[in-house]
Amino acid sequence: MIDVLITLLGRENVLTEREDLIPYSFDATAVFRRMPAVAVFPRTAAEVSAVLKLAASHKVPVVARGSGTGLSGGSVPTEGSLVLCLVRMDRIVELDARNFTLRAQAGVPTQAIFEAADAAGLFYPPDPGSMKVSTIGGNVAENSGGLRGLKYGVTRDYVMGLEVVLANGDICRLGNKCVKDVAGYSLKDLFIGSEGTLGVVTEVLLRLLPRPAARQTILATYARMDAAAATVSAIIEAKIVPCTLEFLDSKTIRCVEDFARVGLPLDAEALLLIEADGHPAAVAEDAARILDLCRENGATSVRLAADAAEASRLATARRSAFSALARVKPTTILEDATVPRSELARMIRFIQATAARHRLDIATFGHFGDGNLHPTFLTNERDTDEMHRVELAMREIFTEALALGGTITGEHGVGLAKKAFLREQVGDASYALLKQVKRTLDPGNMLNPGKIFDL
Amino acid sequence: MSSGPSLLKELDYSVLQQCMHCGLCLPSCPTYLETGRERNSPRGRISLMRAIADDEMAATRGFADEMAYCLGCLACTTACPAGVDYGTLFESARAEAELGGAAASPWRSFIRFYTLRFLLFRPWALRAQARILRFYEASGLRGLARKSGILSLLPARIGELDRQALPIRREFSDAIIAAVERPGGAARHRVLVLTGCIQDIAFSDVNRATVDVLLANGCEVATPRGQSCCGSLHVHNGDLETARALARRQLDAVDPAGYDAIISNSAGCGSHLKRYGHLLADDPAYAARAAQWSSRMRDISEWLVEIAFRRPAAPPSGAVPVSLTYHEACHLCHGQKITAQPREILRAIPGVDLRECPEATMCCGSAGVYSLTQPATATWLRDRKVGHIRSTGASIVATANPGCQQQIEQGFKSGQGAVRVTHPVVLLAEAYTAEAKRVLS
Repeated sequence: MIDVLITLLGRENVLTEREDLIPYSFDATAVFRRMPAVAVFPRTAAEVSAVLKLAASHKVPVVARGSGTGLSGGSVPTEGSLVLCLVRMDRIVELDARNFTLRAQAGVPTQAIFEAADAAGLFYPPDPGSMKVSTIGGNVAENSGGLRGLKYGVTRDYVMGLEVVLANGDICRLGNKCVKDVAGYSLKDLFIGSEGTLGVVTEVLLRLLPRPAARQTILATYARMDAAAATVSAIIEAKIVPCTLEFLDSKTIRCVEDFARVGLPLDAEALLLIEADGHPAAVAEDAARILDLCRENGATSVRLAADAAEASRLATARRSAFSALARVKPTTILEDATVPRSELARMIRFIQATAARHRLDIATFGHFGDGNLHPTFLTNERDTDEMHRVELAMREIFTEALALGGTITGEHGVGLAKKAFLREQVGDASYALLKQVKRTLDPGNMLNPGKIFDL
Repeated sequence: MSSGPSLLKELDYSVLQQCMHCGLCLPSCPTYLETGRERNSPRGRISLMRAIADDEMAATRGFADEMAYCLGCLACTTACPAGVDYGTLFESARAEAELGGAAASPWRSFIRFYTLRFLLFRPWALRAQARILRFYEASGLRGLARKSGILSLLPARIGELDRQALPIRREFSDAIIAAVERPGGAARHRVLVLTGCIQDIAFSDVNRATVDVLLANGCEVATPRGQSCCGSLHVHNGDLETARALARRQLDAVDPAGYDAIISNSAGCGSHLKRYGHLLADDPAYAARAAQWSSRMRDISEWLVEIAFRRPAAPPSGAVPVSLTYHEACHLCHGQKITAQPREILRAIPGVDLRECPEATMCCGSAGVYSLTQPATATWLRDRKVGHIRSTGASIVATANPGCQQQIEQGFKSGQGAVRVTHPVVLLAEAYTAEAKRVLS
């Protein structure tokens, strides 16, 4: 099989040495590691198709991968699999300013898409924390979220079309540039968030928005967590929808500041990073109202970012939160339990109580506006006893999130990390339906087997 | 799998675990940019180091090649939110690769011995070699050798060495700097200047300028004679043992307690000199002195800003502005996290129009001896750097490391368009001189 792969893709695009493959045995998720048999770098959908056909004939499972920044183990290879790495498919094919669309190959970094749109006066909103590195193909496969979810939604809301290679090698084009299109099932939606288990996304057609004319960033600090939560409720009740409404607890504040040095107050118990965007007059009005609401709800300090550069530094610092938390302990396990916004304060209190009960170090940050929390376990994978307590705590947090009408994963996907909890969330009938869809599209179970659920 | 001594296994495991493989380092890494392969990225390399520490892999030839391919530019340490100490990992990994002999060949062993243990271990040897090189160049022998085609008969690396040969100065630092120089007025600070190796033989003017600006700012400057190499090239090339010997020799010669600051003007040296405390932490006889040494080490720009250096006065009539760009030496911006101070110095010079260079913090490919060991990648990075510098339209490039200075000069030589490459302190010293001349006339 290796020889045929080399003939198909060229020697430089087929890796088989141990030193080459160890670095493909993991993604950004803690703990999971498995060795693939080979890693290949296709450049076209036709090459992807040829590789899938070849792998199927040799019964070698295929795990698609972009930059390996996933946080649920979705792109961790299965033992002995073929890693299909799409980073060399990194061309922006077209930016259509008349239809506000952008067509890009799967390996284009998210940041490059944002910048290409920005240069044309347009806006691609989804901004996952790893956007400088993550690829658009990976974002679609995981249906990634980001800081702007509250107002702008997630990756799914911007996908108008996809080119997908199926398990049997067929190349399908789904969707188009039409805002309205009801011809047949909306099949593209099936592949968004499918975590590489149903097909390999090779090209994406994205919807863009006009770039907001103005934006304003606000930083508010609190001595009590509840006051921060009350502020969020007050902003939403005032019918203001900021584009970001981020929350950092004291541990996260200290780690982020240690790395980014953007002047975050080290003595604060909680911090809100709020951004309003849109028409200049509306932004000014919203910002003024938000400042008042912060003060009324007990903020110890409130300030506006001086300029766009400071706003951008603050957002970049916030995006580093997860990695910065790795400063504290050897192993950093990030979760993304999500609850309806109204249940947020309750969920945070539950997480704090759970940490105390199991004698664990949990830092929490996240997207307050959309209820998407990131409780982060600061632990050591070599400490078996503590890891056991981490598992117990994690289960309790997921159970509570579900009890509050939430989800086990808001934006990272199920992958390997949350497989054990999926059935509890979706119920038996839906769980069976998921498997039925998988069997129909990938009867040989060749694509990313063992992710999301076991067949 | 592998047995025997292993630096990676002895290393505190938490340093390896610190990397949570989030991948935020990838876009900062020049070699990942070149190949798009994970093994050529910081997190990929760390995964290989961890595999060795975990006994899942031996320190193979492939591992040694990978560590040799890493520039050691430390750009990943600036990008890394988790604070991974890649510098320590890299030094241990290169030493591990040497220990296993995975990278050995007779020619390579000879070169290593000659450069690391002979030339850079004995101050007189380096200077004698430099004088021979200068004679080779100045006497016309070099031109003769090139014309005769004799160089093409030698191994390719020698030919490369010849092309990259340093512009050796007629006079080294000791000839143009007195052992102790005192400022005009009362001395406010007492400092010691380290003259380096390459800086000393190829850019002794930078050392003179360093002393001049220190004098102009009220420092009494000591410059000990016949200084040794600091050991940075040894550490970067996996020879920790010689590096420790050199550090001890340095500490025997200089008592840091006698100075307010010990000054380096070479980013690569300074970055390593600040780590003496770390290097000798386990040596009871030297640990305390090494720690004190580290706490007194300053890059020249860092020190000048710390003592609120005097800004040269602007000429009375509007002089023609000089366009200038700044290339950040890796071991200054990533190794020492010094980025604001050199710019503050450049902006203080009257008539300077400082234009930011795209990818200013990306390696120029010099990276110690990298331009000799990995010429293809080094040339790719050099040309990329020269292209970015050209795009600024600047007529002067300031940079604070002899390797970068040489590499960028070389880059402009092989293309067209003259640009002056120099150290920020040279420009500051010139501004002080111009100011003094105006006062006299």
